Amino acid sequence: MAGLELLSDQGYRLDGRKASELRKVQARMSVFAQADGSAYLEQGNTKALAVVYGPHEVRGSRSKSLHDRAVINCQYSMATFSTAERKRRHTETLYPRSQIDIYVKILQADGGNYSACVNAATLALVDAGIPMRDYVCACTAGFVEDTPLADLCHAEESGGGTSLALALLPRSGNIALLQMDARLHQDHLDTLIEAAMTACKGLSEVLDGVVRQHLEEVSVLTRD
Amino acid sequence: MRDTPLSNCEKRFLLKAIEEKKRLDGRETYDYRNIKISFGTDYGCCIVELGKTRVLCQVSCELVPPKDSRPTEGIMFFNLELSPMASPAFEPNRQSELSVTLNRQLERCLRNSKCIDTESLCVISGEKVWQIRVDVHVLNHDGNLMDAASIAAISALSHFRRPDVTIQGRDVTVFSPEERDPIPLSIYHMPICVSFAFFLEGSYLLVDPCEREERVKDGLLMIAMNKHREICSIQSSGGIMLLKDQVLRCSKIASVKVSEITELINKALENDRKIRKEGGKFGFAESMPKQRITTLKRDKAPVEMTDVEETASDIVNTTETTTEPVPSPVLVGMGTAQVGEGIVNSWGLDEEEEEDDEPQTEDTKTDEVMVISDSEEEEVVILNEVQKSKKTSKQK
Repeated sequence: MAGLELLSDQGYRLDGRKASELRKVQARMSVFAQADGSAYLEQGNTKALAVVYGPHEVRGSRSKSLHDRAVINCQYSMATFSTAERKRRHTETLYPRSQIDIYVKILQADGGNYSACVNAATLALVDAGIPMRDYVCACTAGFVEDTPLADLCHAEESGGGTSLALALLPRSGNIALLQMDARLHQDHLDTLIEAAMTACKGLSEVLDGVVRQHLEEVSVLTRD
Repeated sequence: MRDTPLSNCEKRFLLKAIEEKKRLDGRETYDYRNIKISFGTDYGCCIVELGKTRVLCQVSCELVPPKDSRPTEGIMFFNLELSPMASPAFEPNRQSELSVTLNRQLERCLRNSKCIDTESLCVISGEKVWQIRVDVHVLNHDGNLMDAASIAAISALSHFRRPDVTIQGRDVTVFSPEERDPIPLSIYHMPICVSFAFFLEGSYLLVDPCEREERVKDGLLMIAMNKHREICSIQSSGGIMLLKDQVLRCSKIASVKVSEITELINKALENDRKIRKEGGKFGFAESMPKQRITTLKRDKAPVEMTDVEETASDIVNTTETTTEPVPSPVLVGMGTAQVGEGIVNSWGLDEEEEEDDEPQTEDTKTDEVMVISDSEEEEVVILNEVQKSKKTSKQK
């Protein structure tokens, strides 16, 4: 397809970023007073909102509750066409017979929807005070002519090139989720995952900064 | 109905076996089960047997108006159904989580990788294109449905022939298979899914998990590749944490497996083509060999026998000998024998009551037919218990 050059000769992408540059990330925590935890995250033009309720007693059927761990209920919806997907995962051996609800909504989608959701959900969980082993940071990465691109925007994602979504726990380097579509030669897989991991680590520092700043604000307010 | 839950014993046994690098059917960690691909009489029908997992795929086509956003491309439609005959856990109303996951993965594996040239499916741009419909039905679930489904889908697509068309101006003439030979689809490459199951917090992995192994797995990594070593899709699911080198190692294993499986598919297609050309019999009925049971036949189960003798002699030497000798049976009457004597009644009845009951039972004669029901068809015989006089030992 002529016209759309994902990577120019000088190494600039469609929105003027360099290959390994992330988009601007801004986040706010505790945006809702009602919920146990909430966070709003902007990654470039992608805006995601996450709200956490819990841990509380298992609603609905009692049979869903597990005797020694909590059930995490995630509901993800896009604002324009509400395709709600529910996913249930069993983790957190800490809160037996309880349920943690995470609701994530995409307000504006411009590529990297899933990663923005994961990052927003992480912040919301931290805001709710649920103990976590590590931040879960997610980022997308793509590949154009032997150069890995970090944090794809919508045009780059739908351009037909490779796109990899990676969710990482930065401290241990464990990959929580790996999802890739479109063809990529096996030899390039290593570089692509490396690029995604570096991007996630950078993102985790940003999230960490946001959490610390929020903590400062809150402690200043409560001190008086 | 819901699936029977796996007992803790079985779970422990499976995990212990995996820790010792042993699998239930004797395979190695990276071994696939026996793959058998057979084609039906119609073009585009394929059954794949992966061990006991059986999957049927049917490809069909139809002329439809194209999508507005893509007027020059044909349409591919994928549908995977978990038939209730595959497992008691599958119910006819389809929206189970497993079915959604499998459907999505099949779509991503085949559609996004652009293995089929959709532009060649266009007949009249903007008006008529071919819609290729791929229906996968799971006939038997014995683990690893995704791999079997992907093999079946790509084999069926490679086997399928669509009708020939000619266009004269705005008129489209579709020829039936008798008038003109149907044309195969143009397939760029064959993406095949390979599943890796992770156990015990990601420290052990198995390729091609069977149904039992799937139940105890922590998470799954599905890698779809083609034989040119291009990765078409990666999806990790479950709550496992992976390390980057694990993913890379899995992709290397996957490339080896994919080339083997692609060989198999090509051979099967070649065989089918040969048979059809020579006019031999083809189809599912022919592909199932006539099995005759002459005597009671049992497949040899692969059992490891290396240390059995030593272990057995160890056990025999270290166990204690039995303390009491088992008394030999004593014939008390016709068809009645007694081994040892009964133990003391520990139900807490009074001694006096027992003694009162005893003389009564002694009065009733054995072999007396007591009529309980009036029915003439039934004959009720009460078997009185053997008289035990004063618990003296009758042993010889």
